[in-house]
Amino acid sequence: MISGLMSGVKPGVIPTLIVGGYLGAGKTTLVNHLLRHADGLRIAVMVNDFGELTIDADLIEGAEGSVLALAGGCVCCSFGSDLLGALQDVLQRQPPPVLILIETSGVALPAAVARSARLLPGLRIDGIVLLLDAETVRQRSADPYVGDLVRQQLLDADLLILNKTELCSPTQLAELNDWLPTMTTPGTPAVQANQARVPPELVLGFHAGLDADPEGATGTTGTTGASGAALARWAAQPIAQPLAPASDRFVNELLVLSAPQDPQALLEGLSDPTAGVVRAKGWLTDLAGQRHLLQQVGRRIELLPLAPDAGPSGPDRLLVIGLAGIYRIGNLLLNK
Amino acid sequence: MHTTIYSARKIITMNASHPSATHVAVRDGRILGVGSIDELKGWGPHQLDDRFTDKVLLPGLVEAHAHLMAGALWRYTYCGYFDLRDPDGRNWPGGRTLEAVIGQLSNASARQPDGPLLGWGFDPIYFGTQRVSRHELDRVSSARPVGVLHASGHILNVNSFVLEKAGLLRTGVEHPGIPLGADGLPTGELKGPEAMMAASAVVGLDRSFLSGDEFGIRAFGKLAVRAGVTTSTDLAATLLEPELVSLLNITAEDTYPLRLVPLLRLIGMTPAQAVERSVALNGRSTERVRLGRIKVVADGSIQGFSARMRWPGYFNGAPNGLWYTAPETIRECYTLALQNGVQVHTHTNGDEATEMALDCLAAALKAAPTRDHRFNLQHCQLADAAQFRRMKALDMCVNLFANHHFYWGDQHYSTTVGPERAERMNACATAQRSGVPFTIHSDAPVTPLGPLFTAWCAVNRLTASGRVLGAHERISVADALQAITLGAAYTLKLDHEIGSIESGKRADFCVLDDDPTEVPPEQLKDVRVWGTVQGGRVFQAPQPV
Repeated sequence: MISGLMSGVKPGVIPTLIVGGYLGAGKTTLVNHLLRHADGLRIAVMVNDFGELTIDADLIEGAEGSVLALAGGCVCCSFGSDLLGALQDVLQRQPPPVLILIETSGVALPAAVARSARLLPGLRIDGIVLLLDAETVRQRSADPYVGDLVRQQLLDADLLILNKTELCSPTQLAELNDWLPTMTTPGTPAVQANQARVPPELVLGFHAGLDADPEGATGTTGTTGASGAALARWAAQPIAQPLAPASDRFVNELLVLSAPQDPQALLEGLSDPTAGVVRAKGWLTDLAGQRHLLQQVGRRIELLPLAPDAGPSGPDRLLVIGLAGIYRIGNLLLNK
Repeated sequence: MHTTIYSARKIITMNASHPSATHVAVRDGRILGVGSIDELKGWGPHQLDDRFTDKVLLPGLVEAHAHLMAGALWRYTYCGYFDLRDPDGRNWPGGRTLEAVIGQLSNASARQPDGPLLGWGFDPIYFGTQRVSRHELDRVSSARPVGVLHASGHILNVNSFVLEKAGLLRTGVEHPGIPLGADGLPTGELKGPEAMMAASAVVGLDRSFLSGDEFGIRAFGKLAVRAGVTTSTDLAATLLEPELVSLLNITAEDTYPLRLVPLLRLIGMTPAQAVERSVALNGRSTERVRLGRIKVVADGSIQGFSARMRWPGYFNGAPNGLWYTAPETIRECYTLALQNGVQVHTHTNGDEATEMALDCLAAALKAAPTRDHRFNLQHCQLADAAQFRRMKALDMCVNLFANHHFYWGDQHYSTTVGPERAERMNACATAQRSGVPFTIHSDAPVTPLGPLFTAWCAVNRLTASGRVLGAHERISVADALQAITLGAAYTLKLDHEIGSIESGKRADFCVLDDDPTEVPPEQLKDVRVWGTVQGGRVFQAPQPV
């Protein structure tokens, strides 16, 4: 899906990810994993209930009704039957979260949740990450009661995390990898995981290293050097350490774009599964000199024009996570 | 020990071994005995009270599916098509045209000039093809929030002011529940819970709305007296501590006329948490608040096309509806509840949802074999005969939504499920033939609280347009009266305390001016309710003004 060319990046609009998947797919395990690796990011996690969420007690700083305050500024909110009300409360928090994760209920249709959340002007849906129980997803998709629901969830997804692969034989996994593209919207990439341990950036996006927030309301000042150094540090780290063996599944790259790009060609290239790009964020300048924020979650790519005074100074940059063995991006770029 | 003996024109006891009598003796809020004055004199000194001597007494009516919100709504402006009496007995005439409804709202706006203005009970289905948009509501006011909730509870119309405050008065809104006008802006019609929630806080329908505030709890009590009801469920409560304390305090007052059975809704918690909480809540039950049951919602509604249907699905070809709770969660909840002696009531509307609930209970009963659990299916509107036979095999009870025939039967016939299945909806006669214990309900505020009206619906099965929908599913007046008294009590596991007038039970009576067994069946809904006796306390309904 390529969209966003119509609307500019608005100040104070909080990026939001939907984390979906049927019961048992590992959504809560993923949320726990991400909270443990939030690394100072102020994340607000919306969960249907606190039931299975096992947050280390030393991380919890306070609890008030349906909100848990966690160390480092994260909050976890249970929304029950009123997601929009809970989101409105979260949007009014001071300081506001930099990222919202919505963990949907197992029977929710993630695209419907996204449509509802989009009604709130204060947030922007970046994409739908769908977790799958690799062992049971095919069976569930044929279930007489929930099969249609599971199949719709697959179609809704922008990025799949095929979880619990350790429970599958290589043959099963191979069959699954053949089957998945027949069930999803074309171009939806899948990554594999055990116990939902994926590189946190895969879901959270890139914040560490982006000391100059490209979406910030206030223009940034001359931090090009520092920013460049921080980015370089980020790029030098293998993704997912110390979460081996995930690192052999992913590559990451920091691309410094020294020349204007043809956005249409780039979007088409990034959305081609053979490029192996599963997550990207950054900014670029088009051939007419307009700067854009680029945001990719699986098959969903958005290009949002930046106001002249918004976004960072310094050279255009793209941070990319790709699938090891497939990833190739260099030839998509003009004069990299 | 004070004993009062009431005389009555007739006491219909619902006790099969003593079906009618002329006197009932009451001591300490309980029934000492039923019979003739001579038979009761043997209990010793007493006071003879003849205020009901020209009245007919039924056991206090039991509404097994209503919501306290039916009381809270009277904070707001009634905008329905049919005349309705408020908790104090004042008649609010129905709005027969859109202009009339706008007039009612404008009057309310003049009476209460500040804050959000909310109307409810709106049903433009009776206005033909005329749609309502924000522009009509802007005529009520463009300077304050104006919202109108539809009778179904599934649609909210709002004015431009509300859209503006909710951040929705803009182009580019993409949502199936938010139709856009020719100008690309939302029309102000918000369909379905998600779309409604986007504006609900602005119109004052906030999240605490459902939980029954003090006004709502009191108003609901008054509605109950006017309907002859002495026990009612509140079928989906969150039962958070402040709400519970408020409920316990208000109902403990001597003047509170109703026994409430609030069910904890399984949402925002795991089945294990819900069962554990129910067990704990059960220990806090009082005479007038009975806690410790769970409500599960399996699917949506038929008229909202969100009910889960088996093949061949919706008559108009609409896609299948939504699961609100996963089958695995329901099965786990059933198993844990059976193991812990907690009763579960499950909302199923479509027949696929009913089938799923039956499967889940069959599996749970294998894991935790239990006798006399009396798990209930609530609404269960589309169940077929085979499903009723399964309910019987699994020892289930069912609570059928008889009022639906009158209010939406014509739409079910023409659009949602088609003629044949519309005729089997809420199949009371099949429940009876299958031996499934059953009751019937209003789901107030979705339809008005009034078990005698609900009984009339089950007896006559007339739609608003006058069609008899499902003649073979009609039941007798006697069976309908049983369903709204002892039948309902049985489904709530309260039949040893209430539901019939016999020695040892609570002194709960529905006091009538007319004899429901004497009036023609088609006039059952017009039987006049004088008031109630609840736990031996006499409550006269306000006289119509």
